[in-house]
Amino acid sequence: MSSEVVSELMREHIVKLIASGKRADGREPEEVRKLTIEKNYIKTAEGSARARLGNTDVLVGVKISTGEPYPDTPNSGVLTTSAELIPMASPTFESGPPRPEAIELARVVDRGIRETKTVDMAKLCIVPGEKVWILFIDIHVLDYDGNLFDASSYGTLSALSCAKLPAKLTGGEDQPLPLDHWPVSVTAAKIRRSIVFDPGLDEERIADARLTVTTDENGDIRAMQKGLSGSFSYDEVRYVISTARRLGNGIREIIRA
Amino acid sequence: MESSTPQRQLVIPGELIASGGLKSGEGTYSEDGKVFAAQLGLRSERGGVVSVIPLSGRYIPRADDEVIGQVVDLGPSHWLLDINAPYPAPLHATESPWRVEFGDTAKYLDIGDSAICRILQVDETKRVQVTMREQGLHRLEGGQIVEVSHSKVPRIIGKGGSMVMMIKKYTKVQGFVGQNGRIWLEGNVEDVMIAIRAIRLIEEHAQALGLTEAVKEFLDRAYAQRA
Amino acid sequence: MEDIEHIPKEIQLVDDSGRRLDGRALDELRPIRIEAGVLKRADGSAYIEWGDNRVLAAVYGPREAHPRHLQDPARALVQCRYNMAPFSVSDRKRPGPDRRSVEISKVAGEAFAAVVFTEQFPRTSVDIFIEVLQADAGTRCAGITAASVALADAGVPMRDLVASCASGKIAGQVALDLNKEEDNFGDADCPMAVVPRTGEIVLLQMDGHLMEDEFDRAMKLSMNAAMKIYEMQKEALRRRYVVTDAEALLEERGVDT
Repeated sequence: MSSEVVSELMREHIVKLIASGKRADGREPEEVRKLTIEKNYIKTAEGSARARLGNTDVLVGVKISTGEPYPDTPNSGVLTTSAELIPMASPTFESGPPRPEAIELARVVDRGIRETKTVDMAKLCIVPGEKVWILFIDIHVLDYDGNLFDASSYGTLSALSCAKLPAKLTGGEDQPLPLDHWPVSVTAAKIRRSIVFDPGLDEERIADARLTVTTDENGDIRAMQKGLSGSFSYDEVRYVISTARRLGNGIREIIRA
Repeated sequence: MESSTPQRQLVIPGELIASGGLKSGEGTYSEDGKVFAAQLGLRSERGGVVSVIPLSGRYIPRADDEVIGQVVDLGPSHWLLDINAPYPAPLHATESPWRVEFGDTAKYLDIGDSAICRILQVDETKRVQVTMREQGLHRLEGGQIVEVSHSKVPRIIGKGGSMVMMIKKYTKVQGFVGQNGRIWLEGNVEDVMIAIRAIRLIEEHAQALGLTEAVKEFLDRAYAQRA
Repeated sequence: MEDIEHIPKEIQLVDDSGRRLDGRALDELRPIRIEAGVLKRADGSAYIEWGDNRVLAAVYGPREAHPRHLQDPARALVQCRYNMAPFSVSDRKRPGPDRRSVEISKVAGEAFAAVVFTEQFPRTSVDIFIEVLQADAGTRCAGITAASVALADAGVPMRDLVASCASGKIAGQVALDLNKEEDNFGDADCPMAVVPRTGEIVLLQMDGHLMEDEFDRAMKLSMNAAMKIYEMQKEALRRRYVVTDAEALLEERGVDT
């Protein structure tokens, strides 16, 4: 509880640094932390990846089974994304049913995947109206040091990219998931009048507003989410989009490697 | 000082650290005349007492420690400080350096503000009281606070204060090292950042051989680059 | 259930020369690897690979116990939360606690309360989190073994570490450390946890069917194995806290107090 009270000295220090174009951990405003991806981390999942963005650590598992399609989309597979902010990951996370933060996180990652048509859902139909592939994406946050949106997005795309449709359910051989696009999110935080990318924990705690922009390999915008009680000007939104596109290209290479 | 052979042995809870003749000190427990480690740390023997110097763990308040507290709540005649310990520390208006009218506490220290205070007392059930009514205890204005494990504080202070003096000499920052692992640094923003990096270096390599030299070299390089 | 389908009904868990399906002897542990201090936010942490189990453990505290009415004026609460990630098992597990994980959390927490010096920290709680990332039978033993390392890493005062292991009965024979197939098709499983220095048993469960002399043999196997596990736990902690120059630290302590 006490840890949620933000130190005024910390706030002033970060604000002062950012106003002169610097950050507390020595990064440039447009510099993202080191990203490392370990694919196929979990044997019991059909696809998985551990994504570390600085000290933020997220494990994503994809479970694949077969089942009935939804009545309104009889020719399409089913995709569900959930996120758990387990109390192991931060002193401020509590056990219990998912809080709004976890649901927002899952939905933003889900939109990035779904709206991009990353997974060709039509190809996940086995027998129209009867049997389709069902994908469960579970985001398990292990260590929270800021910017869960991006770490989870990178972990999810990586897990999907190595996921296999299990042959034991339909016969034949394991097939890779039909992946058509590579959406990558980039999150910016606005602190007073300055904007930094990939906010760390302290930056996130004092941020006035946050904007997550997901772009695909063509540079097109595929999902966005603005958060927190502050606001962005239109010019600032345009700046975040163009920077997200540029930073996204570098991140996409790491994920596709 | 009498010659006590320093032992460099890392001990783990449950390990036998003395089988007779030595008294059980901090971080240990005794059973049937034998002393065992109660905490992960370094075995230390001094004046017939064997103890364990912790290498990790939460800060537990002790009377007379000077610490940095952060206001997390306030009442009409007191503040509640977080002192980086499992126990919140109330500061009563009468223990503050100000004449506080009833209900006026926020005028002097508001939520999120930080101050240097001294642990006045800790009772049996670990209820803590702190005071600011002494020289050197004051509200912190400007600067930045970094947190380290309280077990690293002696290393950051250094032998006779040598480490902290060296950092102050190079960076020209003012500072205060709280026993609770909170360190306040104030000065030019870039100098403060170098001081923080030096502290992180000490924190990460607290057990390293030749740490003082390594920190000196880091500071030399940091300032050579800027010159 | 799908896992069971591809295993023949008349499975031979132990061959004529006393070897098990994975090549182990009856008194042999699966390979175990423990790493201490793997998470940034937690006060202490550990990771364990035990056969195909992968488990993370984290400790926070002692910290102020919440909600306040739970606080014990005489001692610290020791609270444990054992949780399985949704992708840790072959059929996706719904997120959140089920009856099994609540029960395991309770008995594991009680086992740790037996060794932590709780009276030193009245009104606080020591919170232990066990996250099963990949399960292959024996997750509670792996979790307790890792959590004990995490407690020591967190600097929590305690009488000793706790080492945990299970033995059971497969194909009519007493065997150490059952894996998933053996657990599914075996006759009994008996997990235990012990305070290695004193031999006190702080956790004991059993299900299945054992003769009294079989139980004696199973406990003997588990006890011997727990001593080996204890050495691995200590080794993991020593690797994390390599002391290169302890004298300096000791001397400084002398000066500063």
